Amino acid sequence: MTITEDPSTATPEAPAKEVGSARLRKEDARLITGKTTWTDNMVLPGMVYMSVLRSPVAHATITHLDVSAAKDRPNVVAVYTGADFKDEQGSIPCAWPVTPDMVNPGHPSIAVDTVNHVGEAVAIVVARSRTAAVDAVEAIDVDYENIPVVLDMEEATKDGAPLVHAHTESNTSYHFVFDAGEAGTGGDTDAAFDAADVVVSRRFVQQRLIPAFMEPRSVVVGVSGDNYTLWSATQIPHILRVMAALTTGIPEHKLRVIAPDVGGGFGGKLQVNPEEILALLIARRLGKPVKWTETRSESLMTAHHGRDQIQYIDVAADREGNVKGLRVRLLADMGAYLRLITPGVPALGAFMFPGIYKFPAYRFECDGVFTNKVPTDAYRGAGRPEATFAIERIMDELAVELSMDPMELRRKNWINAEEFPFTTVAGLSYDSGDYEQATQAALELLGYDELRAEQKQRRESGDPVQLGIGISTFTEMCGLAPSRVLGSLAFGAGGWEQASIRMLPTGKVEVVTGSTPHGQGHETAWSQIVADQLGVPFDDVEVLHGDTAISSRGLDTYGSRSLVVGGTAVVKASEKVVAKARKIAAHLLEASEDDLEFSGGKFSVKGTPGAGLGIQEIALAIFAAHDYPEGIEPSIDAEAAFDPTNFSFPHGTHLCAMEVDTDTGFVKIRKYACVDDIGNIVNPIIVEGQMHGGLAQGISQALYEEAIYDADGNLTTGTFVDYLVPSAMDLPHFDTGNTTHAAPDNPLGAKGVGEAGCIASTPAVVNAALDAVRHLGVSDIRMPLTPERVWRAIHQGGDGGDRAAEGSNAYGGARTTESGYEEAK
Amino acid sequence: MTQINVRVDGASYSDDVEPRTLLVHYLREQLGKVGTVVGCDTSNCGACTVHLDGESVKSCTVLAVQADGAEVTTIEGIADGATLHPMQKAFHEQHGLQCGYCTPGMIMASIDLVKNNPNPTEHEIREGIEGNLCRCTGYQNIVKAVQQAAGEMSSTGTHAVETTGAQA
Repeated sequence: MTITEDPSTATPEAPAKEVGSARLRKEDARLITGKTTWTDNMVLPGMVYMSVLRSPVAHATITHLDVSAAKDRPNVVAVYTGADFKDEQGSIPCAWPVTPDMVNPGHPSIAVDTVNHVGEAVAIVVARSRTAAVDAVEAIDVDYENIPVVLDMEEATKDGAPLVHAHTESNTSYHFVFDAGEAGTGGDTDAAFDAADVVVSRRFVQQRLIPAFMEPRSVVVGVSGDNYTLWSATQIPHILRVMAALTTGIPEHKLRVIAPDVGGGFGGKLQVNPEEILALLIARRLGKPVKWTETRSESLMTAHHGRDQIQYIDVAADREGNVKGLRVRLLADMGAYLRLITPGVPALGAFMFPGIYKFPAYRFECDGVFTNKVPTDAYRGAGRPEATFAIERIMDELAVELSMDPMELRRKNWINAEEFPFTTVAGLSYDSGDYEQATQAALELLGYDELRAEQKQRRESGDPVQLGIGISTFTEMCGLAPSRVLGSLAFGAGGWEQASIRMLPTGKVEVVTGSTPHGQGHETAWSQIVADQLGVPFDDVEVLHGDTAISSRGLDTYGSRSLVVGGTAVVKASEKVVAKARKIAAHLLEASEDDLEFSGGKFSVKGTPGAGLGIQEIALAIFAAHDYPEGIEPSIDAEAAFDPTNFSFPHGTHLCAMEVDTDTGFVKIRKYACVDDIGNIVNPIIVEGQMHGGLAQGISQALYEEAIYDADGNLTTGTFVDYLVPSAMDLPHFDTGNTTHAAPDNPLGAKGVGEAGCIASTPAVVNAALDAVRHLGVSDIRMPLTPERVWRAIHQGGDGGDRAAEGSNAYGGARTTESGYEEAK
Repeated sequence: MTQINVRVDGASYSDDVEPRTLLVHYLREQLGKVGTVVGCDTSNCGACTVHLDGESVKSCTVLAVQADGAEVTTIEGIADGATLHPMQKAFHEQHGLQCGYCTPGMIMASIDLVKNNPNPTEHEIREGIEGNLCRCTGYQNIVKAVQQAAGEMSSTGTHAVETTGAQA
């Protein structure tokens, strides 16, 4: 289903032939035949293999570490401990000091004398084979003296709580505040609450999740003299190169980073991993190529996690349902250390809590809290799913308090189509959209009225299987990001993207992009863009990426930025190629540049269609360079960097119909329908695939996934037996659709789609379950909605999640009730 | 070391392996058949799925020595020269893959599914690929791909010749 908005909102550059067409993906050819280049496939002459001994305890001093027996094992090349690298390993970098006084305790790649989470590296065996390395790890002798374990954020932030890092004063890394009143983007929040008719306060738990990309992380380092090549299953080869150079002291120009085929990331490979640094240090020390590939349990235990917030949220409104103020206080679990953007993830969410609503006042506070767990960092949506969950959940709670229809409450408060661009209370300028239109389309797609009738009937008949409908009317900020905005938020880099276009002598085209795909289909989409821009055949375009020697400048892939920022850079580079080719064409056609028109890949003199010169012919002519104008360079190649002027703001309405078996607590999605506005669409099948994948992960947060640590800090969900990544049987069919309001701030009119489904869907699912059982006295159910939790919430009250071991990260301790906001202080 | 004789994707191999070697590691590390990948260590994800004498197996759950005397078919052996297997073609045409890491196993499992059930319903497909995890697609387009391939395979009789494989 597609609804196209009136042309007045479309960009002048309407989609041409390739852009907008459902091209099948180029990259599939190798992926469906097994001819792939995963990092772990790589074998180099003389390569040695790393295996890591990892801490089995969450918080301890290493009192004894003897690796001599391991060194004597067959085929072992070397064994290293933290003592070997303490003077050269530096700290895993954190690029986002969200406040000037943020405490960063430092993050060694390998523990030196204390361990701060289960899975932290303690020793490394390097051997001639993978198996020899794994075997020798068993021979390492190590003793630990335990230190009290810090797991529960609400306990960890109390005075006198045991510390994660003995050299810090508290477990709080930072206190970040955004106050709309102080920022001048809204009124006084406390005054708004004091004057409100109604205040609703809730405490929501955003459980810890694991990105669980399918390809385990893998690193290979090649050595050639003092030059190093680092292959890694990473989303960020460019950022990794800079950061690894700064961390190890290997000069940046002596370090090449390659991300070959990468099997998914979802933010989980947006990291400078300890093992990447260690592989470089070991390759430098040994002068040999080194490989490390993690097992799945290593991945779940030591690759960064996502989410993990306790959210105290208060909303103020008048009796008629007009919202008056929003107050949010977060405890955000950093884990034991700050990795690349650990502290920034909740801060990024700060600007999205007001959602699509016209709040006159807003205050946000967040404490980043250290615990003895693996660090958190980006996971699909990164801050925005958490914010969207909280606002969409509490809008339902407010509707209940006011006895209003939840959609009516939303409609009363959302930004109307004619009000775009709209500056929100958080200071963002929402670009375009029509929430009513997407909502109407979604209601139709779901079959809303029929399902409401069935819900009524089931309720009246006392059916043990109750039906609920959940709503999420969301927006998100994509296209990260205007560099100046990132600078104002103290982020360590810009948000531009780079592209270059090489016109080869035979007329074929190489497009080099700084955005690095790991499943998103850049090769296909970028080819479509360039085919239109240059008027060349789709199959004549090759897209190169992920190798810093080929793509020297780039800022990689995250935050739904690739098309919006990277795609725009491709457009800008194409425009430069055409401009350069125009000069050659004018010369060869003996015409004035002004008299030439460029269409379908061909320059021709206005008024004489037919005759002319193709841009691919010009590529050959300028390669020969026998005849070109004086004073210009013999090349039509071009590159461009694009720095966006604004974020883009996709939006949509997601509706979930959920059956809840009140006897067993089992929940089943009956129907899921969503209509998203992601601006102009370059490739509809890729877009639909991105939506499906995002929905799967968002729904899975609501229903299935949770990284659980026991009271001693052991990850009890450390394998795919225990951490539930949903199978085909666990997920429903998705009914998806689009409305189209072009993004006004980039020439493609694109807004971004990679994270939308993941951000929007979670609250729709939870709201649906609550809608089914609210008449039974249930007002919250802790995610994920396991049958046990749902059953307990129905039959025992509370949110069903209070069974967790005391002190564990499932936050099962004392439950704040009346005003979580007050009590948490 | 134990000697094994095995045919993989139509070629014969005779190798010494450690008895503990998993079939997937033998394929990847000794034969260079890196199209088959490892996704977990608990036989949950199915990324390593191959066919052993025509039956779908998770090659992380089979020892290389158990393949002695057997015929193994991997993702690299199902196309007929330049002509894709209908299941490969369908995954491409229905956009049944994104990052592609689960794809070799998913395709091999799906071929076996259709061999055993030539006309599967959506529910039967979802149940049949339950042992193969995909983190990218949400499975909807994989289901469509299996439906398309099932139609083509039953009209062309593809499953009858599948285990002979192509030359390596």
